Amino acid sequence: MSVVTGLRPKSPAERLLATNSWLVFAFFYAPIVVLVVFSFNANENVGIWTEPSLRWYREVFRDEAVMGALRNSLIVAAISTTVATILGTMAALALERFRFRGQRVYDGLLYLPIIIPEVTMAVMLLLFFAQGFQWLDGAIGWSPTFGIGTISLSHIAFNISFVTVVVRARLGQLDPRLEEAAADLYATRWQAFRGITLPLILPGVAGGALLALTLSLDDVVITNFVAGPGSTTLPVYVFGLVRRGVTPLINAVSVIMLAASMVLVAVSFGFQRGSRGRVPESMAEDG
Amino acid sequence: MTTKRIAAIAMALLALVAACGDDNAGGDPTAIDCAPGETDGNLNFYNWSEYMDPDLIAAFESQYGVDVIESYYESNEAMLSQIQAGVAYDLIVPSDYMVKIMIDEGLAIKLDKDALTNYGNLAEEFRTQPYDPNGDYSVAYQYGTTGLGVNLELVGDAFVPSWALVFDPDLTANFAGGVSLLNDPRETMGAALEYLGYSLNDTTLEHLEEAAQVIKDARPGIATFDSDQYDENLANGEVAVAHGYSGNMIVAIGETENPDNFTYVLPEEGATLWIDNMVIPTISTAPCTAHTFIDFLLDAENGAQLTNWNYYGSPNAASTPFLDQEVVDFYAATLEADTEVITDTGDYEINFTDLFAEAKS
Amino acid sequence: MGPGGVDGRGAVSEPGGAAAARSELEDAARRAEARRGFLIALPAWFYLTLFFVIPLGIVAVYSFATRSSTGRTVLSDWNFDSYRRLWDSLVVEIALRTLLLALATTLICLMFAYPLAYYMATRRPALRNVLLILVMIPFWSNFLVRTYAWKVLLGSDGPVSQLSQALGGEPIRLLFTNTAVIIGLVYGFLPFMVLPLYTALERMDWSLVEAARDLYADGWTAFRKVTWPLSIPGVVAGSILVFIPTLGAYVTPAILGGAKTTLAGDYIVSQFLAARNQPFGSALSMGMMLIMLAATIVYFRWFRPSGRDL
Repeated sequence: MSVVTGLRPKSPAERLLATNSWLVFAFFYAPIVVLVVFSFNANENVGIWTEPSLRWYREVFRDEAVMGALRNSLIVAAISTTVATILGTMAALALERFRFRGQRVYDGLLYLPIIIPEVTMAVMLLLFFAQGFQWLDGAIGWSPTFGIGTISLSHIAFNISFVTVVVRARLGQLDPRLEEAAADLYATRWQAFRGITLPLILPGVAGGALLALTLSLDDVVITNFVAGPGSTTLPVYVFGLVRRGVTPLINAVSVIMLAASMVLVAVSFGFQRGSRGRVPESMAEDG
Repeated sequence: MTTKRIAAIAMALLALVAACGDDNAGGDPTAIDCAPGETDGNLNFYNWSEYMDPDLIAAFESQYGVDVIESYYESNEAMLSQIQAGVAYDLIVPSDYMVKIMIDEGLAIKLDKDALTNYGNLAEEFRTQPYDPNGDYSVAYQYGTTGLGVNLELVGDAFVPSWALVFDPDLTANFAGGVSLLNDPRETMGAALEYLGYSLNDTTLEHLEEAAQVIKDARPGIATFDSDQYDENLANGEVAVAHGYSGNMIVAIGETENPDNFTYVLPEEGATLWIDNMVIPTISTAPCTAHTFIDFLLDAENGAQLTNWNYYGSPNAASTPFLDQEVVDFYAATLEADTEVITDTGDYEINFTDLFAEAKS
Repeated sequence: MGPGGVDGRGAVSEPGGAAAARSELEDAARRAEARRGFLIALPAWFYLTLFFVIPLGIVAVYSFATRSSTGRTVLSDWNFDSYRRLWDSLVVEIALRTLLLALATTLICLMFAYPLAYYMATRRPALRNVLLILVMIPFWSNFLVRTYAWKVLLGSDGPVSQLSQALGGEPIRLLFTNTAVIIGLVYGFLPFMVLPLYTALERMDWSLVEAARDLYADGWTAFRKVTWPLSIPGVVAGSILVFIPTLGAYVTPAILGGAKTTLAGDYIVSQFLAARNQPFGSALSMGMMLIMLAATIVYFRWFRPSGRDL
């Protein structure tokens, strides 16, 4: 399959590009190799190699605290990624495709969660929830508690912005004439959106979702502040290990998460190929 | 949004915040009355990670028929913020200085000693501490010290049981890999104060500035300011001397190929003794279960089981016969050494933080 | 969305002379369009107002309050003391140092991410998706564990050091140096650069590039005149996503650099945690956000027009 690349095949520039790419991939995976290797380390310390062992993998499944934390992390990541991707994509569409009053303020507002120092956001959300809950209790007698809910709400708040930025980069690139043509073609804007715009921006949406997922799985500071009884997430648990020292147990958890995500990705790839075919891709190719 | 509307929202907020501001202070924390072994609901236990043996939790759950829901924090201050915000935990494990802050802020309940049948097991010296003079609000959980882990091979003849091992630039210049200091204003400024012969709770501004100067002068020999990985850096030879907490040090040294190459010392000028304590927050909804849990840990064998599990010092005098010899030996010297507990210095916390930031830059 | 889907694109034909009617129709269409845009924007707007703007208001209020000697924030006695402290030489020095570090990280990320994104975008579609996932997978492991892995790589027994020794040189310890900090930050934020760049480049109209190559003959000129300007939105988005979080980073500098210099993120965290000085921490945060917002706006103004015109 010949792809329009703008580059003559095997040109020196092309070779340079390929070399850079493999170097960057090596850079990405170097610590991952170390991480995997050390998960099979018998030593109590993450960074000191003694001998190979499956000790930590056995312990992961026995360690209820770690399993509970992992479960909490996955729940929060799933909720916050889904909601933030939907809201963020809508915000990106509104900003790139429409003109409305207050748009500038809206644009600025969307950047604030990216700009704010993490710890500031953590403190302000804690104060907000505490006071909000108190107010709710007084006003309608409902007193929610801190936990998975507050963590998810907070993760959505920072993830929306990241999704918006990524999707906007994609939308900014699209030729609006394509959508105009579609608008003429289809009866309604909604159909035009579903038929043309959505498939075209889907890679951007997927990129935004991946970013949101990553951020949610890694967040410590904000989560630590808005968590409640029994809702400790994995990163918070890992950071809390300072008193005892971090053991390769955490490497083992990471390897399991990596393996699980790869399986997930592989499955969804197979699923996509089966159900959707390659419509958007081929369309874009003919561009 | 117009400017006027923003202003209106700001005003409303100001009113809201001001109205809700002082809700935690001044509750009456004395009215708790629990029977020994009484439970009044599941226990929301908020603790440091890997600080509690899961087998002990399971034993408590089956003995009393309640669930223990564990949550974990990574700093005293983050925990404090949550308690101040009213998150409902029943039992927390703050360090010494934080106990004082929580008492002053009215966040801790006065314990019902009648419900603590094993209180007599607690070693005398841990019953009253400057942060809780009558032991009304807290029961010691475990303790440890902050001292220096030394790689004897790398330090060689230069070894002295003194803070000079990290602060004397002439000495540290010869250490391959350099030294590691805790990235913590109170601990590291405190160590410098001790080195100068002052108390680590000293609040004379000139003394604090001198201490900052000590750190500044020591910078050429300092490889890293690290509060998490110092034990590992020491054990794998990345640094020659590491400033850090006792428990991590013994574990890390014990795991090396040749533990005799390493030692952990409390500098002769004086070092930090830190004590983590069990405290029941006023917001607790199951204070009696919390009392029962404290009493459970004060039991001689349970206390020993905890210390044999995580290698921190046990304040439980009755548990000594059940302890691993290793731990007993390690901590025997500790209580005789010249140590001091960090206490909250009020407004001077700002000076500690700023001078430390400046010394590092 | 409502039926009818009136296209606001003004495809209204009218007999000559009905200019007034026409402009009225156009106005109505524009208003409908604006309303639709507003409705699409609404959910995120509502969400962020509730869970971001109002909480931010609390911090804004706190920045004018006072710290009690036990570290509680006293909500009376409003003053500007915390803002005055922002001009301390210590704070200014920390800010400048952090800006420089963030700038360096962003540039290095751009240097490596652009060619990678370009390479990815020019592969077969199936391969593209695989490559994209390959970029993300490492970041689904735990952040702290990844950073510790870098410690092993950069330490005095690490591969870099061993390579140097094998070549007969001295052992090299990159750990606890500024180089290590930059490596760690670039590693952590590179995907933030790759993603938007890739999204922008992938949708590139390559026929334009082809045309340009025919026109200018020389590949570099074609790149400069066509590809680069077209990819500007991605560059802008990526730079912001890297630059800004780098300003607040503190775990990576602490672990890999040994926390030997105080950075902005570190300093703000120590105000909220170690010093428990919420008013000053809040003022620092407000100051930092203002600077970043200004930088972002300037950056946009700088790049947007060229990105749009083409």
